[in-house]
Amino acid sequence: MPVAWIPSLMQKLTEGQQQIPVEGSTVRQVVEALESLYPGFKDRIVEDDRIRTEIAVAVDGEVVTSGLRARVGAESEVHFLPALAGG
Amino acid sequence: MSAGNGYKVIGTRPVRHDGVDKVTGRAVYGGDTRLSGLLYGQVLRSPHAHARIKSIDISKAQALPGVKAVLTGADLPKTGDTIVDLGEGPARLKYMSDNVLATDKTLYSGHPVAAVCASNVHIAEEALDLIEVEYEVLEAVLNLREAMKEGAPQLHPDMTTQEFGEDTGRTSNLATHFQHKLGDPDTAFASADVVIEREFNTATVHQGYIEPHNATAMWNADGQITIWTSTQGSFAARAQTGAVLDIPVSKIKVVPQEIGGGFGGKIPIYLEPIAAMLSKASGQPVKLIMTRPAVFESTGPTPGSHIKIKMGANKDGKIVAAEAYIAFESGAYPGGLVGAAAMCVFSCYDIANGLIDCYDVVLNKPRSFAYRAPGSTQACFATEHVVELLAAELGIDPLEFRLKNSATTGTRRIDGVVYPKMGCKEVLEAIRDSEHYKSAAPSGPNQGRGISLGYWFNVGLQSACTASVNNDGTVSLSEGSTDIGGSRTSIAMQFAETLSLDVDDVRAQVVDTDSIGHTDVTGGSRVTYATGWAAYKSALDVQAQMCERAAQLWEVEVDQVAFEEGVFSSGDKSYTFKELSGHLDETGGPVIGRATVNPDSGVGGSFAANIADVEVDPDTGKVQVLRFTVIQDAGKAIHPSYVEGQMQGGSAQGIGWALNEEYYYNKDGQLDNSSYLDYRIPTSLDLPMIETIIVEVPNPGHPFGVRGVGEANIAPPPAAMAGAIADAIGVRLQELPMKPSNVLAATQASEGQAALAAGG
Repeated sequence: MPVAWIPSLMQKLTEGQQQIPVEGSTVRQVVEALESLYPGFKDRIVEDDRIRTEIAVAVDGEVVTSGLRARVGAESEVHFLPALAGG
Repeated sequence: MSAGNGYKVIGTRPVRHDGVDKVTGRAVYGGDTRLSGLLYGQVLRSPHAHARIKSIDISKAQALPGVKAVLTGADLPKTGDTIVDLGEGPARLKYMSDNVLATDKTLYSGHPVAAVCASNVHIAEEALDLIEVEYEVLEAVLNLREAMKEGAPQLHPDMTTQEFGEDTGRTSNLATHFQHKLGDPDTAFASADVVIEREFNTATVHQGYIEPHNATAMWNADGQITIWTSTQGSFAARAQTGAVLDIPVSKIKVVPQEIGGGFGGKIPIYLEPIAAMLSKASGQPVKLIMTRPAVFESTGPTPGSHIKIKMGANKDGKIVAAEAYIAFESGAYPGGLVGAAAMCVFSCYDIANGLIDCYDVVLNKPRSFAYRAPGSTQACFATEHVVELLAAELGIDPLEFRLKNSATTGTRRIDGVVYPKMGCKEVLEAIRDSEHYKSAAPSGPNQGRGISLGYWFNVGLQSACTASVNNDGTVSLSEGSTDIGGSRTSIAMQFAETLSLDVDDVRAQVVDTDSIGHTDVTGGSRVTYATGWAAYKSALDVQAQMCERAAQLWEVEVDQVAFEEGVFSSGDKSYTFKELSGHLDETGGPVIGRATVNPDSGVGGSFAANIADVEVDPDTGKVQVLRFTVIQDAGKAIHPSYVEGQMQGGSAQGIGWALNEEYYYNKDGQLDNSSYLDYRIPTSLDLPMIETIIVEVPNPGHPFGVRGVGEANIAPPPAAMAGAIADAIGVRLQELPMKPSNVLAATQASEGQAALAAGG
């Protein structure tokens, strides 16, 4: 089962849980699963059916480019990070 | 010339394809743009760091003979409260527009308030003096820690602190707050045998590119706009200009010119919408070139910072916990670079417990933008300082201490991400094995040696290439990555390697936005990686099409055609690539290979390290660099000379950041050192030949193992210089720049403390 890693500032939504195993084979399904467990989670991550522009999602250490549609493996880790710019 | 490792082209050092044009002065830069009927623009900038614009009267300027148009912020389309990501990270569109031309307030001295175009530049300058702006001057705040205090002058009364997708509803200058946490740092610190905590401040610095910003625009009567500009991203410039002007990108063609340096500072737009609007108003093409003071006063410096680092280790030399508090200047508008600093601050080490707490703070300076590994240099300076102190306290050699705690493949960073295959330990081992490190450290009076280690994670993003095969077997390769560091040749080399061609038979060119698929900015150390990947894929596309042509000629099925080392064959028949290219007209016409990429896996980061030897003048505080070595993991060096050039360039800039560079504002919030006479970047007279050691830990996520090398090299120099200065004079500075006056002050303070301790 994939594991979602919750940013520390969002852990008040998840009762202090940092790592949460959830069902899902896409980032969308992982976010929906988290929303069903912790209502309000999705709004912090998603806006207009897209990952918020100020947030990046990494699956297994790689920032994904396909947003909510990105594939998530059975043993994957999903991280929510601040979006970044390079020089 | 053979490259070894099975490669024929990769790893060689061909003459760069743009070299002759560059050294003969024939290369066309933005300032060289000439068009019939060209007008010249100038921008009026606020003298106040913080002011409300009460009125702007342009009537006298408009009446000046030769003036063709005058523009203010009121002429730009009203933008909604939209968040956009147009190639330079997420930003609020209104802020982007207001940074081009202020509307209600000016937020830094140098903030553009009006623009004019005229038949020559002198008339345009004269017209600026005729524009009457009535300001209500407001209290400004230019100090980071002052800006964070309750009651500080507030730049954006409606701006509330964002905490990772949550609007806190609190208004202040704190734009963003976020944290990363791993494990249980409190418990780990309690168990540590040694805990060291220090605070650091670093100054605002500029990217220091030689070529000033420029833009020439022609707004045709049919509504089509062409913009010639110096940019790190032609598509980003198009998107940003379209957003600010509220017109579709299909109406805009951006023609990227050669670039005289960018380093992250030429990702945002400044002049492009102004040139376009002045052209629309005048009906003629308009060119604007910033003056040097305008570049310093108005374009993205990289942030000053306030950082606290706390680290704990056990007696056996293992780091068990780390905490960082990082506050970064965002400048006049939110959207700063503290997120990257957070991901780099402890990235070189394997630490199981940590907390990283970050703030992005607005204040009355130009909006901060990226500068080569943005955020990593400040973070590295702070972390490496504490790492050195921990090693000293534990009595462990600093290099051994780093090796013992080095991040490696599989290490989980404090932001949670697990490293793929990485070259951190290999870079440290390269220090250990280097002739420089093995040689005796300088032992004269006030001489010393320092080492340091830094990281940058690199990005992938979108790239496109098209390859047109000519009937003589040469290839015209088009790409959209604007070429800052010689990337045209490194892209051509990857294409040539794939098809076993001579690299001089592949001519790469950077083309405009109408002539290639969307290509993201030249930034994030991504071009040799991602555009190189697009070149590789486009070569495979060419190969597949050429196999079909050979099959036609030989009247066999395509799966009966093989391609190896530049030769197509089937049975006893064969064609070289050149020979087969001569038969394209009889087998269906031209062959054009194409490919696009947007890799979301395999983006390998890069580690870099330094060894620095210095001598400090005890009377003046001036630091002389005696010897300097940079080591970096390139994955696979496509063109080793380019890699070395990037390593040397980043090192030179990092040394300048370490020793001299800073924005110096007066009490009225005006920049007092907006020229290269007063903003001191290193020259060749200040530096020794910077020695380079390329480490190659291939990135398994790239066809040739490439890691981007454009940025990590700027992270470690200030930390290495600080270590060398400490070794030389016994004083470890916690502030950048370590300019002579700061070195002297720190020395005197240390001597004073020593005297007090001795009862003197």
